Amino acid sequence: MSALVVQGLGKTYRNGLRALDGVDLTVAAGDFFGLLGPNGAGKSTLIGIITSLVTKTTGRVRVFGYDLDRDREQVKALLGVVPQEFNFNLFLPVAEVVINQAGYFGIARREACARAEFYLRKLDLWERRNTEMRLLSGGMKRRLMIARALVHRPRLLILDEPTAGVDIEIRRSMWDYLRELNAEGTTIILTTHYLEEAESLCRHLAIIDHGRIQAQTDVASLLAELNTETFVLNLRERLTGLPTLGGFVLDHIDDSTLEVQVSREQSINGLFAALSRNGIEVLSLRNKQNRLERLFLDRVDRARNGALTEGAE
Amino acid sequence: MSPASAERALRQQTAVAAPSAALPPRWTRYRVTFLALWYKEMLRFLRIWVQTLLPAVITTTLYFLIFGQLIGARIGHMEGLDYIDFIVPGLVLMAVITNSYSNVVSSFYSSKFSRYVEELLVSPAPDWIILAGYVAGGVTRGLLVGAMVMLVALAFTDLQVHSIAITMLVVFLTALLFALGGFINAVFANSFDDITVVPTFILTPLTYLGGVFYSITLLPEFWQQVSLANPILYMVNAFRYGLLGVSDIPLAIAFGLILGFILVLSILSLVLLRRGVGIKS
Repeated sequence: MSALVVQGLGKTYRNGLRALDGVDLTVAAGDFFGLLGPNGAGKSTLIGIITSLVTKTTGRVRVFGYDLDRDREQVKALLGVVPQEFNFNLFLPVAEVVINQAGYFGIARREACARAEFYLRKLDLWERRNTEMRLLSGGMKRRLMIARALVHRPRLLILDEPTAGVDIEIRRSMWDYLRELNAEGTTIILTTHYLEEAESLCRHLAIIDHGRIQAQTDVASLLAELNTETFVLNLRERLTGLPTLGGFVLDHIDDSTLEVQVSREQSINGLFAALSRNGIEVLSLRNKQNRLERLFLDRVDRARNGALTEGAE
Repeated sequence: MSPASAERALRQQTAVAAPSAALPPRWTRYRVTFLALWYKEMLRFLRIWVQTLLPAVITTTLYFLIFGQLIGARIGHMEGLDYIDFIVPGLVLMAVITNSYSNVVSSFYSSKFSRYVEELLVSPAPDWIILAGYVAGGVTRGLLVGAMVMLVALAFTDLQVHSIAITMLVVFLTALLFALGGFINAVFANSFDDITVVPTFILTPLTYLGGVFYSITLLPEFWQQVSLANPILYMVNAFRYGLLGVSDIPLAIAFGLILGFILVLSILSLVLLRRGVGIKS
């Protein structure tokens, strides 16, 4: 069964801005799905429509077979949403935010309190349960938004840039928890600007730009499209000139830093063999750019060029 | 199969047996949601009681002291009643109107401004439950403040209630009507200034001119007719009838008007919520 089916979804705002232009999207139950796109691509509008915060102009949305127009209450009960921006009463204590949310989903207060405790403990916020929201750090507020979105146990969790502005340690712990949720059966849709995050967490993804889905595929197939990867090498000794490493394209960044392009036909082993033959010792190596980031930019560029060509015609 | 793809496949299999988000039975859910919202609204104004409950008590104490005891003693009687007794219903109702209105307008507008209204919009709560929850909060504050003002009044005068049923019904319906008004004001408000315009420039003048401090029979014929266009006059007089048994207005007309306004404002509020005016893009 599909967790989410979006067909021909369109949204034109009152100011005439066409944010979505016939979006079709399917997310399988149990998937960890990434929704990527540049700023203003339509990601938040799409999520807004699915979660009933934005009214659609055209199209259809179904969640686990329930139609958003016909079965709105069932659809909402199946969805949990973590919005991009903080949206809670800053003067309420942490626990109350979660308990209130449970109440809005029809969960009786005793059960709501038990669930609030469970999720606040899970997200390391239980010690702060009586603290007013405004006194929490950004990372804590992000985690609280996840607890709030989970309190009614949704089957589809939508996270709109959940780790924005969160330090790396908390981000990693949030990733672990999201993986755990997904392994327990919760379908997750994630939008993020950290493509490393998408590559690490998602099995499938869609790229949206100019209000249209430009690509929808699984992460492994997308990464397989990558023809070359660029590595940055830090060298032990200074180079006087650019060496010749049979078949590898090199670029000289500074005296002790090289950039090397490795194509799909070549290998890192081959690169190191060539470096050794030339007596070049490498201290460290890193990707110049995240692999998914590279593909993402390629796809977006291709889509934009396509749109320009169409426009010219 | 590589370990990574095996793990992936296992996860996908696990995912098929997804936990269900069991929805409680409809009416149980509605009841719980309404109570949660109502409770939240009550906690909101109780937490800040110095701002929400105390001012009305202090203001009306001053009214009773100055208009009731000091000036009222020189005025003598109105409609056959001691002046201080005559102004009690109007002052109680004025507090009810102001508080039920301002509770809903400030609470709902704050939830729009800080965007936590989205907590409700993403939930399966139907529009009428959202409206009922906010309005119940406003009515509760209005009635609570009304009761406190009545207690203050009893410190200044000895009232014999003419009809408890009519008194309770009028005060409840008035609180309901102005809570609905506050909700509509909040829906259209785009700034904190917008939520003070109606209370300051419309409600306060209408209340003062609504027969709180005088009987309209004292006015010239023309101004009596003008006063009849003021809906608050009907509520004050219906309440005065409930408390003291005197009124400038027939009771049936007052009730008809209040109920009519409640019906119109309820429908308008629900239409606005359904269309997402001011809360959805």
